[in-house]
Amino acid sequence: MRLPLLALLARGPAHGYELKQDLEQLLGSAYPQPNVGQIYVTLGRLEKSGLIEGEDVEQSSRPNKKVYHLTDAGREALHAWFEETEDEPRVRDEFFMKLALAPQTGLADQIALINRQRRQYLNTMRSLSKLAAAEDRDNRMAHLLIEGAMLHLQADLDWLERCQEELEELE
Amino acid sequence: MSATPGDGSAPVLRAEGLVKTHHGEGAPAHAVRGVDLSVRRGEFVAVTGPSGAGKSTLLHLLGGLQRPDEGSIWLDEVRADGWSEARWAVERRKRIGIVFQFFNLVSNLSVADNVELPALLAGLPPKRARAEREALLGELGLAGKERSMPGELSGGEQQRVALARALVNHPPLLLADEPAGSLDSKGTREVMRLLSRFHQRGQTIVLVTHDARLASAADRVISFFDGRIADDATLEGTPARGKGISGVLELRD
Repeated sequence: MRLPLLALLARGPAHGYELKQDLEQLLGSAYPQPNVGQIYVTLGRLEKSGLIEGEDVEQSSRPNKKVYHLTDAGREALHAWFEETEDEPRVRDEFFMKLALAPQTGLADQIALINRQRRQYLNTMRSLSKLAAAEDRDNRMAHLLIEGAMLHLQADLDWLERCQEELEELE
Repeated sequence: MSATPGDGSAPVLRAEGLVKTHHGEGAPAHAVRGVDLSVRRGEFVAVTGPSGAGKSTLLHLLGGLQRPDEGSIWLDEVRADGWSEARWAVERRKRIGIVFQFFNLVSNLSVADNVELPALLAGLPPKRARAEREALLGELGLAGKERSMPGELSGGEQQRVALARALVNHPPLLLADEPAGSLDSKGTREVMRLLSRFHQRGQTIVLVTHDARLASAADRVISFFDGRIADDATLEGTPARGKGISGVLELRD
């Protein structure tokens, strides 16, 4: 949350609620309810560490609102963020440990584990399909995000299929 | 809501103890090894599994394109596995629409003729055949392409023509064999959207695919391994709120 908020502020000063709306617009249904409380807390932390500065702006008939802008240190932090590459997503470790350990416990069947896990993935895939169908066609970023999630899930499903092929041969 | 008969109705399609072994070069391949399956009216069933698992063979058995070595097939509770080739050909025109991975359009007929031909063969007057064709092509976003030849269309467009051809006689059952198998990601989404739309109107669909994204459009997914049904899962209609994908994206801290 810290860096995305900094990135939104790179365009110009904004207050907390505006940032929430910017996030909503950018990410659409892929991130349906940005938590406004979380946004304010994060802004507080960013200010404390000197990456942004807030100014109280008076409003008629309403309490003051705080408008934040990026500091030089904040801009520096953003540069560093864009420079870095990110870790690859990993195989679902917990499921893998269940699969690997099931036979020796005698408490679970590997094929049954795979089938159950597949049902969960398929249900999630279905939810993602519905999300994509409901999303505004013009929100390309939201669509790319949902498609990315679907492709990861597809890989997980392919991998379950590989597990099942291998393990059924042993039976 | 579509007004389809409820759960109590007879299955559109039923198979019992289906077995099919391919005898080619080398060892016999056991493509389908004892499959029981029942599809209710209005259901959208996807069959998924690795390539070579026998899922296409299963679909071919259900559409009468291949004959089972053992077992029985019932369409609307009429036993069908003993039908002659000619009878199957007739029934496929009326009761079963099929779409394939490579479209199988007649390359020297126009788009309009490809779609109208099965309607005319089924005995529809030319005027009605044309009206059906116009309505379907319009619906599938192909208005203006009537005079094109299949080779002039993109893969996605050809598959939509194939879909129109399969549905022109309003068959109670649509079989689809890897319908997005030769399409790009955009074409895949298009096929998915169209299958969902026809399903919502009550079309019964059996779809064979290795693509989980496509399969997730169905409300029931059968996992097929090594010629047998390994799992038969009904998918939930709506996502559980607050978990899973209520946010695809998670922004921490």
